[in-house]
Amino acid sequence: MSVTPASAESTPFEIAQAETPATSHETPADTHAAQPAGEVHTETGVAHGDEHATGVFPPFDQTTFASQLLWLAITFGLFYLLMSKVVIPRIGGILETRHDRIAQDLDEASRLKAEADAAIASYEQDLASARAKGNAIASTARDEAKAKADAERAKIEASLQDKIAGAEARIAEIKAKALADVGAIAEETTAALVEQLIGAKATKAEIASAVKTAAGE
Amino acid sequence: MANDPTHQFLVNKIVPIEIGGIDFSFTNASLFMVATVAAAAGFLYFTTGQRGLVPSRMQSVSEMSYEFIASMLREGAGSHGMKFFPLVFSLFMFVLTANLLGMVPYFFTVTSQIIVTFALAILVIGTVIVYGFYKHGFGFLKLFVPSGVPGALLPLVVSIEVISFLSRPISLSIRLFANMLAGHITLKVFAGFVTSLSALGALGVAGAILPLLMTVALTGLEFLVSFLQAYVFAVLTCMYLNDAVHPGGH
Repeated sequence: MSVTPASAESTPFEIAQAETPATSHETPADTHAAQPAGEVHTETGVAHGDEHATGVFPPFDQTTFASQLLWLAITFGLFYLLMSKVVIPRIGGILETRHDRIAQDLDEASRLKAEADAAIASYEQDLASARAKGNAIASTARDEAKAKADAERAKIEASLQDKIAGAEARIAEIKAKALADVGAIAEETTAALVEQLIGAKATKAEIASAVKTAAGE
Repeated sequence: MANDPTHQFLVNKIVPIEIGGIDFSFTNASLFMVATVAAAAGFLYFTTGQRGLVPSRMQSVSEMSYEFIASMLREGAGSHGMKFFPLVFSLFMFVLTANLLGMVPYFFTVTSQIIVTFALAILVIGTVIVYGFYKHGFGFLKLFVPSGVPGALLPLVVSIEVISFLSRPISLSIRLFANMLAGHITLKVFAGFVTSLSALGALGVAGAILPLLMTVALTGLEFLVSFLQAYVFAVLTCMYLNDAVHPGGH
């Protein structure tokens, strides 16, 4: 094994080993084919079995192939079984559970959001209906007030009309009375005028007829 | 200690077993296959034990690797390819864990053995062939006949397709094997420079600083390569499985 030109540094150690009767490999020419199988080295501090040191590059040493293939089949087969029967279903289950849980939480969140939206919508609706009701109340009140004011005004106007009519009647009455008095005054004035002018008294009947004639009868 | 950079790839018997004249010994390679399986399966099993709805850090690492491979496979081979998820996931986790375990000093790198990577590649291609013929019968052979190719060119194109198909297990296995092997050898060589130079006295110690820095940088690079090669292996597996699921090519 370690007998290649590159191993010059280990020469003292190898010489020490070479002193043990079982090993005889410090001459490079002496290939290890001569080495008895099952020989035990303590070179690396570990007891080895046969080292297959047939002089070939170790990875190409065909004598180890059968054993490697067998143990690879055993270990990799076991590993495959463990993975496919235990580990993969387990990790898959964990991921599945998490995925479900996240989906569930998202569903819950969207449900809550829908609820909140519904609450907002109903609130908006309430607000709108309250506003409409308020408007209706306000307009009713306005209409009522207007009607009341109109009625009041009509009433006042009517009473004013009454008063005007009354006043006009009285004016007419007073006017008639005044006009009636005009005749008497005219007669008196005529009597006085006649007396002054002719110095004789006219009879009342004469004066009355004269006034009437003068008044445009 | 041996400075031979290939020493780390030696397969040593721990429990000699021989059946029918063939050597089936439990070796250090076998030991690290067991360790790989134990580490990967143990990690995935125990970190997901809580089944937390809100994952712990380690649990999310397991979940991320699951979802990483799941999306890779879904993109690569479509939803019909998801039946291969356990295979791709196992391959990725096995290769990744083996690569990373190999980064620990004195640990054996399982994936630095061509026979191991080749066996995994054959497993992939075997699955493709068996499932392809099982699912599509001879229709699977349409894989080698791209549509829209003029008749005169068809023999040439088909032979190219066949060769490329046959080279897949080789490229798949050698890519992983060579990367791991070369990386570990390079690391060992540079680390070897450090020890051999520092043995030369004060000047040597000063000179050893450069390879030491290289070793540190290469270690970082190798961790990247460990992940990258596992990823590449898994991505190519997905692509090849896509041929088994959709041999018409789309």
